[in-house]
Amino acid sequence: MPRLSVFFIRTALLYLAAGFTLGGLLLANKGVPLTPEVWRLLPMHVEFVLVGWTVQLAMGVGFWILPRFLRPPARGDERPVWAAYLLLNLGVLSVAFGQWLAWPGLIPFIGRAAETVAVGLFAIHAWPRVKPQGV
Amino acid sequence: MPPLTRWHIKSALVYFVAALLAGLGLALRSVMELPSIVGALAPVYFHLLMVGWVTQLIFGVAYWMFPRFSAEEPRGNEPLGWATCWLLNIGLVLRVIGEPLMTLQPNVIFGWVVVFSAALQWLAGLGFVVNMWGRVKEK
Repeated sequence: MPRLSVFFIRTALLYLAAGFTLGGLLLANKGVPLTPEVWRLLPMHVEFVLVGWTVQLAMGVGFWILPRFLRPPARGDERPVWAAYLLLNLGVLSVAFGQWLAWPGLIPFIGRAAETVAVGLFAIHAWPRVKPQGV
Repeated sequence: MPPLTRWHIKSALVYFVAALLAGLGLALRSVMELPSIVGALAPVYFHLLMVGWVTQLIFGVAYWMFPRFSAEEPRGNEPLGWATCWLLNIGLVLRVIGEPLMTLQPNVIFGWVVVFSAALQWLAGLGFVVNMWGRVKEK
């Protein structure tokens, strides 16, 4: 497994742990209400499990297993994908904490923009790797 | 494909069908009158899809395909893997039963069923992370 996939997948695992912890709190609060404040964690829970865990895991596994090129570098130029990793995580944290702490709306917007650029960079990287074997 | 992966993936398929049936029930409310419990299924529908189907499918495939942990324990701690599977599934089933009942008829018993289901699913998530962490590594 390439180093960049290790970064993507281990970060995704951290978001899984954090997202399940928030989800557990939210669900437990439905059963035995602790405080209404817990409900403010809902957008962070959704962001962590949907983008931080699921999307990030898919990007990490995709970078690892998509067909490689015959000539080095085998997985193409890695720099855009490193940028995608940084932007995606900057985006997840900006959206999650921006919504939770009610920061100005510009912060979650910038977070969403960072996620969009990250996904665009990943798509540009992955496009030529979606090909028949041996090409 | 190891037995634990087969359990995860077949369970995931069952939840996938159950999720879409729950979604169908929710959609039917706009064309006909249905018992009020159907209206309480919205969070169950979403979590059947995202936890029961998507996350559980990932758990099963990752357990099968991720790099080997060691020659002695190629797939990591197998008992922990089975514990994760049972915790996730019992937790989710308890949620499917307890959450709509708690919405319609709140009481202490249903409330603690929901808390218990939350704890089981949380432990399952942590168990998966602990078991997979060492398998996510460079060659």
